[in-house]
Amino acid sequence: MDSIVFTIAAAVMLIFGIGVVLNRNPVASALCLVMSFVGLAALFISLDAHFLGIIQILVYAGAVMVLFLFIIMLLDLRAEERRKLNAWALIGGGLVALCFVGTLLHVLGRFPAGEGAAPPLQPPEGTAYEDTKALGTLLFTRYVFHVQVIGLLLLGATIGVVALSKKEPTR
Amino acid sequence: MGTLNSYLLVSGLLFTIGLTGVMVRRNIIIIFMCLELMLSAANLTLVAFSRFGLVNGLPNHHGQLLVFFTITVAAAEVAVGLAIIVALYRARQTVHVEDLKTLGG
Repeated sequence: MDSIVFTIAAAVMLIFGIGVVLNRNPVASALCLVMSFVGLAALFISLDAHFLGIIQILVYAGAVMVLFLFIIMLLDLRAEERRKLNAWALIGGGLVALCFVGTLLHVLGRFPAGEGAAPPLQPPEGTAYEDTKALGTLLFTRYVFHVQVIGLLLLGATIGVVALSKKEPTR
Repeated sequence: MGTLNSYLLVSGLLFTIGLTGVMVRRNIIIIFMCLELMLSAANLTLVAFSRFGLVNGLPNHHGQLLVFFTITVAAAEVAVGLAIIVALYRARQTVHVEDLKTLGG
């Protein structure tokens, strides 16, 4: 049962990921990316990382993709759909991808530690496993400084975006 | 649930798809999307290792928090990157990398 979920989620993620690269229309690419991220969130949830799965849907499939679609509509990219592909880039990209997959298979073939099934979770007696609670506790105790830094980074990004998109005064 | 190797394989394949897209496509927005794919592949690896490397019978939450921070940084990065693309489009009226060769000489 679990392995069926894994297979379906992984297939959805990879097939729509390929769709992102192959589609000529940027809007279709963006929608494929949404589906790919949904598959990835399903994989997260299959790994018992429920909180991260939800965050993945909310942040990526929600906020980030709306931003992408918004920009694509804003720039009106339809006129630039037809272009010749660069043959050298195609060959180079294919070669690099092949080398990468080859290396991956080679390494994974020599990694016996990764062959076993997942060890069962053992939450404390009488309680269910709650990853959101555990992550939240850790986030606001041990990693509280990092949270502050991330907040500062988001503030900086916001200010940067406003500064970047401000119209320059014509000289 | 699959084995650790199956998750690593899927994650590596997703990374390869993203890498190929970055190398083959010429539309800067698509390149940006493929960068997001590569980032997500790294996240999947982190979560997989956190689930399979149990600490006291629980997943390694430090790894999952790293993913949380990565997602936050990625969101900020997307916002800034898209703002740069819009500024670029305003200046040059193109989003094709082959039309942007000023630094290449």
